[in-house]
Amino acid sequence: MDKLRLENVTYRYDVGTAFEQTALDDVTLSIEEGKITGIIGHTGSGKSTMMKLLNGLDHPAEGKVYLDGVDLNADKKELLSSSSLFEKYQNLSKSARKKAILSEYADFKKNLCFRVGLVMQYPEYQLFEETVEKDISFGPKNMGLSEEEIKKRVREAAMLTGVSEDLFEKSPFDLSGGQKRRVALAGVMAMKPEVLVLDEPAAGLDPRGRNNIFSSIVDYRNQTGSTVIIVSHSMEDMAKYCDRVVVMNHARVAMEGDRKEVFAHVGELSSMGLDIPEITRLAELLRERGLPLTDAIYTVEEATSALLSVFGKGGADR
Amino acid sequence: MKEQFVKTEELSFSYQAENENEAIPAVKNLSVEFSSGEYVAILGHNGSGKSTFAKLLNLILEPVSGRLFVDGKERTAELSEGELLDLRRTVGMVFQNPDNQLVATIVEEDVAFGPENLGYPREELRKRVDDALATVGMTEYASYEPHRLSGGQKQRVAIAGVLAMTPRCIIFDESTAMLDPSGRREVLSTIRRLNREEGITIINITHYMNEAAEADRILVMNDGELLFEGTPDEVFSRRDELLAVGLEVPQSAELVFRLREAGIDLPTEALSTPEKCAACIADAYFAKRKGGAVDG
Repeated sequence: MDKLRLENVTYRYDVGTAFEQTALDDVTLSIEEGKITGIIGHTGSGKSTMMKLLNGLDHPAEGKVYLDGVDLNADKKELLSSSSLFEKYQNLSKSARKKAILSEYADFKKNLCFRVGLVMQYPEYQLFEETVEKDISFGPKNMGLSEEEIKKRVREAAMLTGVSEDLFEKSPFDLSGGQKRRVALAGVMAMKPEVLVLDEPAAGLDPRGRNNIFSSIVDYRNQTGSTVIIVSHSMEDMAKYCDRVVVMNHARVAMEGDRKEVFAHVGELSSMGLDIPEITRLAELLRERGLPLTDAIYTVEEATSALLSVFGKGGADR
Repeated sequence: MKEQFVKTEELSFSYQAENENEAIPAVKNLSVEFSSGEYVAILGHNGSGKSTFAKLLNLILEPVSGRLFVDGKERTAELSEGELLDLRRTVGMVFQNPDNQLVATIVEEDVAFGPENLGYPREELRKRVDDALATVGMTEYASYEPHRLSGGQKQRVAIAGVLAMTPRCIIFDESTAMLDPSGRREVLSTIRRLNREEGITIINITHYMNEAAEADRILVMNDGELLFEGTPDEVFSRRDELLAVGLEVPQSAELVFRLREAGIDLPTEALSTPEKCAACIADAYFAKRKGGAVDG
């Protein structure tokens, strides 16, 4: 089932100037519900522009963006002529129906930023509250939830991201870089968005920090069944954590599929300024040296089990 | 033995905690030497003190104690304004975010910014800018506006700006962290060229293990101190110690360690590149097969 869908989406910057640039060019793309989708592409390939269109922060020049089948940028005329909305409110008088439809859509727009949570690059720069707890509470508070529900969500989000409750009364500015990043992520998770969109969530973090951030994203998906979209330059992380991978190039979708389908195209990826995971390259080198590795390899785990069976140890240790 | 270029003796630095009188030590009695023309990578988790240490090497931060020697001269005594400028010229720095480092609206003006402030005559200035842009392969972009460039190109312009001051040493503080794979490749190959062809001493602070593998030597920092150091092969043979301080080894080396844990006898002395790891695994495989231990 599609959670999000872009249909023939075009977006341009600096329209009407000498620098006019097409950031998205007739892009059609479906994001499957409950999956982790990775978006890769060189700088300027259109990834970040796409992110901004997913929660209505910006709207395309042409084309449509849908969340659960609802157009994010519908105009009044389109709404009032929608057959599904007409059917839903067919028992109402014409004027009451119009009012109901418009108010339903207004609610939809209002809740969009809670349903599609955006975690921008270096989100820790956006921390501003006096205490960690207040910062994580900011989103849920804006949703108008009860005190009790807010407290519960803040605790859950803190648990997911590994923010210790001992830190709740501290100023976010006294935390380390890795801790700040986790607090910022917890603030978005506390809104329990159905779609979590993250731009380079692990940029600038050390290896342990990277692993922690990605595990909490996977845990969030597993616990809530939410849809996750991750934009990243790290092919290793993408291969490890994503169910599906979308490759953007020159404002278009160049490739799309599960990680095996995508990372099999070594030459094309390289010509787009991208890479394959290091472990995939190692498997290539081993094949060249004559080791009988048959399966495609994209993670260290896959490489370990493939080589154990090549060495005649398959099964015994696993 | 190469000539020593930068040397620190018991160098320390502390940050002042906000609203409190206590000082938080970030670098603790660090004594390290870098030789002229060496390429060194510094690894360490976030908060391990590596960036602070780098900023002490050209006195962007002033140490609370210890001594710093650059090019044979002590730099931690009272320095005049001119001596300080000389140090910053000798030891240049390139930071993480290219957008924060570019100041002018045209690429060549940006590169000229540093040497212009030093008052070089026009011809000398022109030559320095042209040479610097040529070295980083950005000559054809001289009249571009920086914000029209890719991340890797912007970072190369930032490097050219440092080069125009003719430094002997350049410190890269996570300069590839925000770049896409091709941007990283551009910057890394530029760094390599500066080191090999221009003989510039390189200190590269990074979180990417495979990037550190390119250096002659790796320093591993933890908690403001030097934990251990060695060639990439030596450092990546100490995987468990790296894991213990929040770091890791490159994926290929990690694979070798996991195979060993599963009972395959593999040596760990040379695992710093995928090529070396492939050789290590393949040798064991064919040796074993020759001995008839592997069936199929």
